[in-house]
Amino acid sequence: MTNPTPSIVIIGAGHAGGTAAAELRRAGFTGPITLIGDEPIPPYERPPLSKAWLKGETDASKLALKPAAFYETANIDLRLNTTATAIDREARTVTTGDGGKIPYDSLIIATGARARRIPLPGLDLGNVLELRNAADADKLKAVLTPGARLAVIGGGYIGLEAAASARGLGCEATIIEREPRALARVACEILSNFFQDYHRAQGVTIDVNAQVAALHGTDGKVSGVRLGDGRLIPCDAALVGVGAVPNQEIAADAGVDCNNGILVDLSARTSDPAIFAIGDCTHRPIPLYERSMRLESVPNALEQARAAAAAICGKPVPAPEVPWFWSDQYDLRLQIAGIPFDTDRIVVRGDIAAGKFALFHLKDDGTVQAVEAVNASTEFMGGRRIIQKRLKLDPARIADMSVTMQALAAG
Amino acid sequence: MPTITFIEHNGTAHPVDVPVGKTVMQGAVDNNVPGIDADCGGECACATCHVYVDAAWLAKTGLPEPGSQEASMLSFAAVTQPDSRLSCQIEVTDALHGLVVRMPEGQH
Repeated sequence: MTNPTPSIVIIGAGHAGGTAAAELRRAGFTGPITLIGDEPIPPYERPPLSKAWLKGETDASKLALKPAAFYETANIDLRLNTTATAIDREARTVTTGDGGKIPYDSLIIATGARARRIPLPGLDLGNVLELRNAADADKLKAVLTPGARLAVIGGGYIGLEAAASARGLGCEATIIEREPRALARVACEILSNFFQDYHRAQGVTIDVNAQVAALHGTDGKVSGVRLGDGRLIPCDAALVGVGAVPNQEIAADAGVDCNNGILVDLSARTSDPAIFAIGDCTHRPIPLYERSMRLESVPNALEQARAAAAAICGKPVPAPEVPWFWSDQYDLRLQIAGIPFDTDRIVVRGDIAAGKFALFHLKDDGTVQAVEAVNASTEFMGGRRIIQKRLKLDPARIADMSVTMQALAAG
Repeated sequence: MPTITFIEHNGTAHPVDVPVGKTVMQGAVDNNVPGIDADCGGECACATCHVYVDAAWLAKTGLPEPGSQEASMLSFAAVTQPDSRLSCQIEVTDALHGLVVRMPEGQH
């Protein structure tokens, strides 16, 4: 920090940005913090949007990261409905949509990711939706009335969660997936098959190897999805969930290094030492796997928020965590620890048919790289420890339910 | 409203008022108390809201049921003690007015 009253600007008031502001105060930072968000509401949790929020099982106050009064109490200048349009790295200012300039000593970029758009005739029809924020979720909620037919383009986590919620609301749901299986990019085949079977048993139609050719409309609203093979899937709404792209433009335009995300180090610092980036917009190193990648997850956003806050306050940056993810669908809780890089063997622990199991992904030397756990929190939690400790385990012991996870994690 | 005191590992005390019906963890998060991370948001799925319950209060908060999800999560937490709880699993009641909990050195 270069002057006696340093100030911090955070661009993006999502899970990452909101957490960073709170973490800075927890770390003892007393200078000015300006938190800029383009949405009309204070920082909130996004994961419930495809689940409890859609189903009307939670309210806005529970969705919020902090009570409404927090920002004033903590002296955080929260500017909602405000867009940051440019960064001047030389002058160290952020320009906002109204032309104002906010000076910073340290800047945190937490702009998140946006839904990937695929070029598709009919994309501008009414009730063609995506699901990234609360406004999107409210639009989806409004169309999910009992009996409504939802077509989900893309069988990823958001698509599967939305389909599960739609069924819970008494709607029809069809998932259209280009790859040979749902979750093709993010889960192993055993897990994909399990989830596909479960969704089908719940009445969801899943079309795999299916190309979408166009969206058809009636009176300006989507009425069907035309597939490449000519079939028409009638629908009242279409949800497009085919991945996300990082919102890196404001950084790239300012000359901050980007490559499929804003490039950061383990303290969340970008190529400009005064600028940090956190959350879905970043491309970060993962020493555990000797790789760099984007990690679109809440735990990653929290970890990087803590790292940036520590670095800015001159405190030791916490050691990197094992990446983890979760997804709730019906009565299934999927929790994933780690990422199955360089693995050639999957060991099943538990009973897949009973819906309570974990898949351990091992390297050829027995090192556990990832654990995918369904309704098996103990396996998930133990798996995180095992991965963190770089343990090599005997597959027979992993599969043996008489060996406890505590014993496995002890090495 | 019940007052709950969170004591950081370094000894700093944070007394906060928490409405009945919320969890002890939520009380820490709402008041931005350092030392409670609560990464999973209160789902009993991450063990980052770990606290040690003051001896005088253990009878009122109780301990995790053996074999419960909480006990299982705690078995993988960093430094557990016989008085360890996950604060997301303690619901605030009037009987807990004055509760004191201490935080471990870290949650990860």
